[in-house]
Amino acid sequence: MSFVWTIAEHHAGRLREVALEVLGRGRPLADALGTRLAAVVIGHGITEQDTGRLIAHGADEVYVVDDPRLADFRCESYSGVLAHLIRTWSPEIVLAAATTSGRTLMPHLAIRVHAGLTADCTELAIEPDTGNLLQTRPAIGGNIMATIKTPRHRPQMATVRPHASRPPQPDPDRSGRVIAVPMDTQLEACLDDRTQVLGYRTDAADFANLEDADVVVTGGRGLKRKENFALLEELASRLGGEIGATREAVDRGWIGYPHQVGLSGKTISPRVYIGAGASGSIQHLAGIKTSERIVSINLDPDAPLHRVADVAVVGDLFEVVPALIAELDRRRGAARSGD
Amino acid sequence: MRIVVPVKQVPATDAVTMDPETGTMVRSAAASVINPLDLYALEAALRLRDSSGDGDVVALTMGPPPAEAVLREAVSLGCDRGILLSDTRFGGADTWATSRVLAAAIERLKPIDLVITGERATDGDTAQVGPGIAAWLDIPLATYVAHVTGVDGAAATVTVERLVEDGYQIVRLSTPALLTVVKEIAPLRLPTLDGVMRARRAEFERWGAVDLAVPAEELGLKGSPTRVVNIATPQVTREGETIDAGDEAGVAQAAVRIADLLEDAGVVR
Ligand SMILES: Cc1cc2nc3c(=O)[nH]c(=O)nc-3n(C[C@H](O)[C@H](O)[C@H](O)COP(=O)(O)OP(=O)(O)OC[C@H]3O[C@@H](n4cnc5c(N)ncnc54)[C@H](O)[C@@H]3O)c2cc1C
Ligand SMILES: Nc1ncnc2c1ncn2[C@@H]1O[C@H](COP(=O)(O)O)[C@@H](O)[C@H]1O
Repeated sequence: MSFVWTIAEHHAGRLREVALEVLGRGRPLADALGTRLAAVVIGHGITEQDTGRLIAHGADEVYVVDDPRLADFRCESYSGVLAHLIRTWSPEIVLAAATTSGRTLMPHLAIRVHAGLTADCTELAIEPDTGNLLQTRPAIGGNIMATIKTPRHRPQMATVRPHASRPPQPDPDRSGRVIAVPMDTQLEACLDDRTQVLGYRTDAADFANLEDADVVVTGGRGLKRKENFALLEELASRLGGEIGATREAVDRGWIGYPHQVGLSGKTISPRVYIGAGASGSIQHLAGIKTSERIVSINLDPDAPLHRVADVAVVGDLFEVVPALIAELDRRRGAARSGD
Repeated sequence: MRIVVPVKQVPATDAVTMDPETGTMVRSAAASVINPLDLYALEAALRLRDSSGDGDVVALTMGPPPAEAVLREAVSLGCDRGILLSDTRFGGADTWATSRVLAAAIERLKPIDLVITGERATDGDTAQVGPGIAAWLDIPLATYVAHVTGVDGAAATVTVERLVEDGYQIVRLSTPALLTVVKEIAPLRLPTLDGVMRARRAEFERWGAVDLAVPAEELGLKGSPTRVVNIATPQVTREGETIDAGDEAGVAQAAVRIADLLEDAGVVR
């Protein structure tokens, strides 16, 4: 019996939401192949609640490798453990999220198990006649979509772009099997101490988790001054969003590099991208093409960002953004008094 | 210390314009440049070499003969040596087969202390070749490195900060190790006059399949597990609405429409 495997990220003692999204991508593939869907969790402090959530979101089987030495992501050890599991169980397909760890682990693992790997897929499907995995991804800055397959090597491996799909609805009545993989001598031998994790720095004042944000409000050169990012922050705070920036804004020292979106910054797929005073250069568009919805606010009617926007506002961001904030506050006030 | 930097030649994005009808890229075939993200790898390597006081930086590129241009650029910035990996049998390589050849070339340059690659190439955008090389060489790997905070020659370690989703992960690797770096690593230098002169005169070694002793079935298209089976040009599907916010009424209408979209997307707190 062949399997579809998903790598479920578990960091800092927590199962990551993205693990559920990847299960959602794997479920239709397992159904099309008539096989089981598995989640593989590597980490430390993996709870019954974690495995229960994975099962509720579609896993038929959950492989758990829990060890204090696996608490932090270390590529060589994770890759070693997974290579061992893959050789033992021979899955057909292995999927992971295209996060910083997924995009580190999977290419390393693909060499170890001699498999093909497609990065950052936006669509996955099973080819009806052959049962091969069809992996579609944007290339050349999102301007072409390439479909790739791996006809002869197994497993077929792919990373999927986070947020390109919603996690499936959980079904608390689903049942599944939890397989606790014992840390035997073979697995011990996969641990690699040449990399030591010394800690994390999350207090960095100028840090942004754009990859996981539902809304990214992005400012460009049109903001004119560093201080004006505060206006975008006011908007973002009402949407639980993060602040993005164009390279122009970053290079002027208005905001730190972790905020940069585009070809030489981050690739994001939020539910809503709002660009204010950003022209939408081809390099910037490369990072936002898979956003679910795009709003553009720019004085210039010919700004390229307008062309890819769902709502293109030709106007002054210093008028439109405050008006939008006021409108959101008005609606919230109205909803309150309506209760 | 010896640092190897694999650099790739990619189509120049500056030479690309958008076709307003189809929304696709139109590029002039001739213009190729060094992958802009590889400049940060070179910068990091040159800084480490200079602060260590000795050693060399070797640039490597796999590609057709014209790819030599990126080696010349690397030398103009201060690299000591460049090697072109070129052979018709290397053609059509995916990331598996590319990292195979690059790793085999790095084997020949041993002993090495570090391999530093760009975060990703702006054409393929896979970010797979760096981790792949580390796997082939079986050396520790740190991706998305934003800062190198310590190099300890005696202990043979390097300490770095990786830019990950929720902060920086601080890791210490034993060397030799492979780092992939992001733009935050350092501001770029410009070529020096001396460098440009050296680059003009530089001659580059050229290594092919026979020099690297990689079995033929592991090279190029033949050695690539993946196959591109279809290329499609997505049409711009967004049928956007344009709002002229040139006057007060327009501004108000824009605010309403954006608020509607945000509510519809379910993101309003
Ligand atoms: C190799 C390479 C990689 C690159 N990588 C990236 C990348 O990762 N990310 C990135 O963003 N760029 C990148 N760039 C740079 C890119 O080419 C553009 O220079 C940059 O995106 C432009 O930033 P901008 O939109 O802020 O500035 P501009 O293009 O100058 O646009 C500013 C816009 O603000 C508008 N504006 C001005 N005032 C107002 C106002 N009051 N209200 C509303 N609108 C106003 C103007 O009409 C204009 O359209 C890269 C370039 C190269 C060559
Ligand atoms: N053909 C190549 N020659 C030399 N280096 C390469 C080549 N392809 C990729 N690289 C290196 O690997 C990095 C990641 O590339 P990629 O995996 O193609 O996104 C690049 O930034 C380069 O440092």
